[in-house]
This record gives sequence, C-alpha cells and structure tokens, in this order.
Amino acid sequence: MEVRLDALTKIFPSRNRKSKDTVTAVNNFTLTIPDGKLVGLLGPSGCGKSTLLNLICGIEKATSGRILFGDEDVTDLPPEVRGVGMVFQNYALYPHMTVLQNILFPMQNFKGEKKLTKEQMLEKAHEAARLVQIDEYMERKPSELSGGQQQRVAIARALVKMPRILLLDEPLSNLDARLRLQTREELRRIQRETGITTVFVTHDQEEAMSISDMIVVMKDGILNQLGRPQEVYDEPVNLFVAKFLGTPPINVFRAKIKGESLIIGGEKVLRFPGVKDRGVMAGIRPEGFILRDDGALTLSLSAVEVMGRDTSIVSTHPECEAANIRSIISSENEVDEGAKEVRFDLKPNKTFIFDAQTGERIAAAPAPLREDA
Amino acid sequence: MKNDRKAWLYLLPAILFLGFFMVYPLVDVLIYSFEEGYNSASQTYAGIGLYNYSYVLHDPYFLQAVKNTFILVIITVPVSTGLALLISLGLNSIKKLKELYQTIFFLPYVTNTLAVGLVFMILFKKTAYTDGMVNLLINLFGGQSVDFIEGPYWAKMFVLCFYTVWVVLPFKVLILTSALASVKQDYYNAAKVDGASSFRIFTRITLPMISPMLFYLIITGFIGAFKAYSDAVALFGTNLNAAEMNTIVGYVYDMLYGDSGGYPSYASAAALILFAIVLSITVINLTISRRNVHY
Repeated sequence: MEVRLDALTKIFPSRNRKSKDTVTAVNNFTLTIPDGKLVGLLGPSGCGKSTLLNLICGIEKATSGRILFGDEDVTDLPPEVRGVGMVFQNYALYPHMTVLQNILFPMQNFKGEKKLTKEQMLEKAHEAARLVQIDEYMERKPSELSGGQQQRVAIARALVKMPRILLLDEPLSNLDARLRLQTREELRRIQRETGITTVFVTHDQEEAMSISDMIVVMKDGILNQLGRPQEVYDEPVNLFVAKFLGTPPINVFRAKIKGESLIIGGEKVLRFPGVKDRGVMAGIRPEGFILRDDGALTLSLSAVEVMGRDTSIVSTHPECEAANIRSIISSENEVDEGAKEVRFDLKPNKTFIFDAQTGERIAAAPAPLREDA
Repeated sequence: MKNDRKAWLYLLPAILFLGFFMVYPLVDVLIYSFEEGYNSASQTYAGIGLYNYSYVLHDPYFLQAVKNTFILVIITVPVSTGLALLISLGLNSIKKLKELYQTIFFLPYVTNTLAVGLVFMILFKKTAYTDGMVNLLINLFGGQSVDFIEGPYWAKMFVLCFYTVWVVLPFKVLILTSALASVKQDYYNAAKVDGASSFRIFTRITLPMISPMLFYLIITGFIGAFKAYSDAVALFGTNLNAAEMNTIVGYVYDMLYGDSGGYPSYASAAALILFAIVLSITVINLTISRRNVHY
C-alpha cells in the first residue's frame, strides 16, 4: 500500500497551561512512501519522528494536512479502522496474556466479513509465529522472554492481522548490540517475505542505512532529505544531513572559496570551478583523505589508531568545528606516530561545501588540484 | 551463624510487641473459649469443653448478628467495589476538575465515623418535627414515609449498608484510581491499533491489569465488613440487640462489656467463630485470586 503524507502538520499545545507557546512536532510534511518498501525515518531525538509515526497509525490526530493510504483518505479515521500494525518502542505486549493470546488478540477484534473461526485464527497465529521464529514459546508470558524474543512477538502481533502498513517505533533500541545486528537482518527478511509497506523510526543512522530501501532524514519536524541510503550519504542536501549520517561523523571546517578554490586555513585544498568567492563550511568524510607527504591539507597529528583493516588518524586543525578530526585510511599506509604533522590530499567526491549561514549544500563539482590524483 | 543472631536481635522489638499484644491474647482467647463460666476477677472456671460454642451457636442474638453480618458483607463488598471501579474509571477519563472530584470523593475517608453517623441521622431519622431528608424526598415523589432508624428490618439494613458503602468507598476509589493511572498508555494505544472496541479494551486489558489491586480490595473489604461494629453503633446506638442490628463483633463486645456483659467465655467462643469465618473466606478469596491474577 502506498502511503502519501500531504502537508502534514502536528502542533502540540504547551504543557504549561499558562504559556501560549506551542510545539510544532511535525511541520508541513509531504512524503510519498512507495508500495512494499522499507522506509527508515531518521532524525535526532525530539525531531518528531515518533509523532509522525503516531499520526500515520492514528494515535495522534493531525492538526492539518492529509494522510492517504493508496487512494483512501484516512486522516480522520480512528486507529482501529486504519488497518495498520504497530510495534511500540517498549513492545507493549500485554503482560497478563501468553504469547499466543497476544498474537491472537488483534484477530479476535475482527468484525463482520473479516471474522475468523477459532481454527483459522490459531493457524494464522502459528504462521506468524513461525515467520518470526518464536513458535516454541507460544505458552510463555512476555516476562519469561528475552528482549529479542519479546520484540519478535510484537512483530508477529502486528503482522498477524495482515496490516496494510507496518509501523515500528525504535524497534531495536531496547536490544543489546549483538542482538540488534541480528534482529535488523531479521526485520529485513520479514519485510521482504511479507512485502508489507513498512516504516520504522530510528535515531541510529547505521541501522537506517543498513536495511532501508529509502531513508527520510528529518529535523525539528521538517523533512530534510529523502532517498536511497547511499544516495543521501553521497549527496547530502545540507550540513545537518551530512553531519547526521556516517560514523565516524563528517569533519567540518570553516573555510572559504577564493579564485574557484577551496581554502582551509590558508591552504588551497581543492578546486571548485564555477563557484564565486565566499565563506563556506567544508565537510570532508573520514574516508575522503589521501595520505601524501606533499598533501594539500596540513593537520596536527594527535594519535594513530590501527584497527586491523583500517587506520584511524586523529588530528586537529584550528579551523575545524570539532575538537578532533578523524580520517580513516587503509592500514597499508605507514604513518609515523611521532610526527607533529600529517598531510592529506582530499577526494573530490567526499568533500562537500555548504553555505556558512544556512547550511545548504552549494552545488558544485570539485576537481582535484593535480592531474595525477 | 553470627548474622543469624544479629537478624534476630533486630527483629526482637517487633517479635516482643507482636507476642505480647497479638499472640498471647489470641492464645488466651482460645483457652477461654473452652473454659466454661470463666471469671476474670477470680480467675476461676467451672469446667472444660465445647459448651461455650454450643451456647453461642444457639443464642438467637448471635444468630441474628451472624445473619446481619453476612447480609452486610454480601451487599456492601460487591456494591462498594463496583461503585468504586465506576467512579475511578470516570475520574480517570475526565480532565477538567479531576482534582476537585478526587478530593470530594476522598472526604468521607477523613471524616469521623460518629460525625458521619450524626449526618446520617439527619438524613434518615424520623423525629417529632421532621421525617428526615430522605423521607421528604420520598414524599416528594408521592411515597410513604419510612422509619429508617427504628422501623422495619429491611429499612434499617438498607441504611446500614448505604452507610458502610459510603464510608469504605473513598479508600477503594483512591486505590483504584492509582491502579488505573499506572496502566501504561501504550497498552491502550496498542489495543486501539489492534482494533479492539472500548468494551473489549476494558475487559481484556484494563481489568486484568488492575486485577491485583481489585482482589486486594475485595479481600480487605470482606475482612473489614466482617469486623463491622462502630458503623452500626453510630446509626442505631449501643443497644444493637434490641434494634436487631447487632453484628458479630458487636455481640462479642456486648458479651464482654454490655448490659448483658461479663461473659468472657461466650465472647471468646463468638470471637473464634468469627475468626474461623474470616479465615475460610480469605482462603477462598486467595485461591480464586491466584487463579485469576497472573502477574
């Protein structure tokens, strides 16, 4: 089912009764989620992504704008008739029911034509349980399950009623690191097998990048960028998106364009043909550095961390926004740990320039300084 | 070992206290109940046997008291618990003036029993000048005045039950409102997304989630109602036998100190019978609740 959000806005009244201030959690949000895709809603805490999810499932009412499932306008429909499945952040499994009873619960609410016999319900429940591989634990209470198992029960409960759309609110945040990796693969597999349009919320960009067909980066209730994960990573539309995606994060320098060249701390590091002289913010991905004795950019070396396949070089520069600059190069490169300075050339496709005030990306194709690079 | 001794030392004050004021009297009552014609002044008794129990069980006043107590329990416990649940659900779903209503419902809890009894007298008692507020209301709708305090048995029982429900309600409302408030909103949201009707949400989610508190209230409600005494005194005065409104605890008290008092043996036997009733009811209650309260 295709989901369309049209100029969706949600304004919360202030908690303090006396103050007239309001909080705009979702601001004029327009987005189309294609049928059968897995979409990751990504943003920092408090950016409105959970509210957006609650709007789609109907727990919250939109202040303005429309929500469409296919051609059906569901904006004013209550959650029970929207036909969505939702997995809550803390799973919200009913503690007094067994796993089986939890999975049966949504089907027992069916009315009219959709009503199922007891046998049909049991069959479907076991089918859903097999899909998420928890069929051995059907008689257990949620409190007798591990976090990962509870999570899978919650997914089974959301899937069993054949929802038009599956929504997951921070589905992996309550799991430990190893389980999180395993479960996100699982999530991907289940979504592929069922083909249900799925929206999941996360603040973990790695999670979103690894399993989504499409990611939506939002900040302060506003959609910043939408696209395939690699696309968004390679072509961020603004400084926020560039900073938000990638670990270690992008390195940001205060810089300027002069004579069609990017100047960082007086050093000419890349050519930007066609860009007029101006102050900019330059973002360089950690993998965008090429170690060279006569490199264009000079940094003060702090530490070298060899991590098997890669070497991470920690350095500083007066024009860098953050305290440390992290660059990742292949560990085949030899770095003298005792040296005071380290010099790099920059990869043009890993270096972005942004407007110093607005943070908007300045569209330009950079070119290397020398021909051989 | 050393830790053991330390633990006992810490427990000593509580054990001494409980021993003197709980265990010793209990054992004493048990002994008295088997001693015929025990006299507390001379510390003598006529013989040992089950005579006291036989006497009490054949005493029409005691049988009246048992009947009254059982009617009181059977009516007030379900009615007060059900009403408290309704009120708490109401309180939980309103937003405006919630604190005000909570305070109003809690008022009877902090009001003195006897003062409340007086108010009930004004409401129900017939005097030379007025038939009482409730009778005025009945008259307004064209009914006949009823003497609720000195009239027919059912009228008096109605007042006693009404009074008891009203007195025990605040505590139950308090407990249930907090129990309802502690049910996480997520469960309701999940149930709504799953398409459950509000009735099903109530029976399948809300009730089971607050069932531990509900059973706690039912069990303590039973015990409290079986021990009723002061409420009856507040309404009908101290001569409860004459008013046919005595309770088991009232009977025990009368046997000890009342006008017909001075019979500790009979009082002890009656007290032990009450103990047996309360114990068996509580055991039944706990058995049922174990089967129904799941977490």
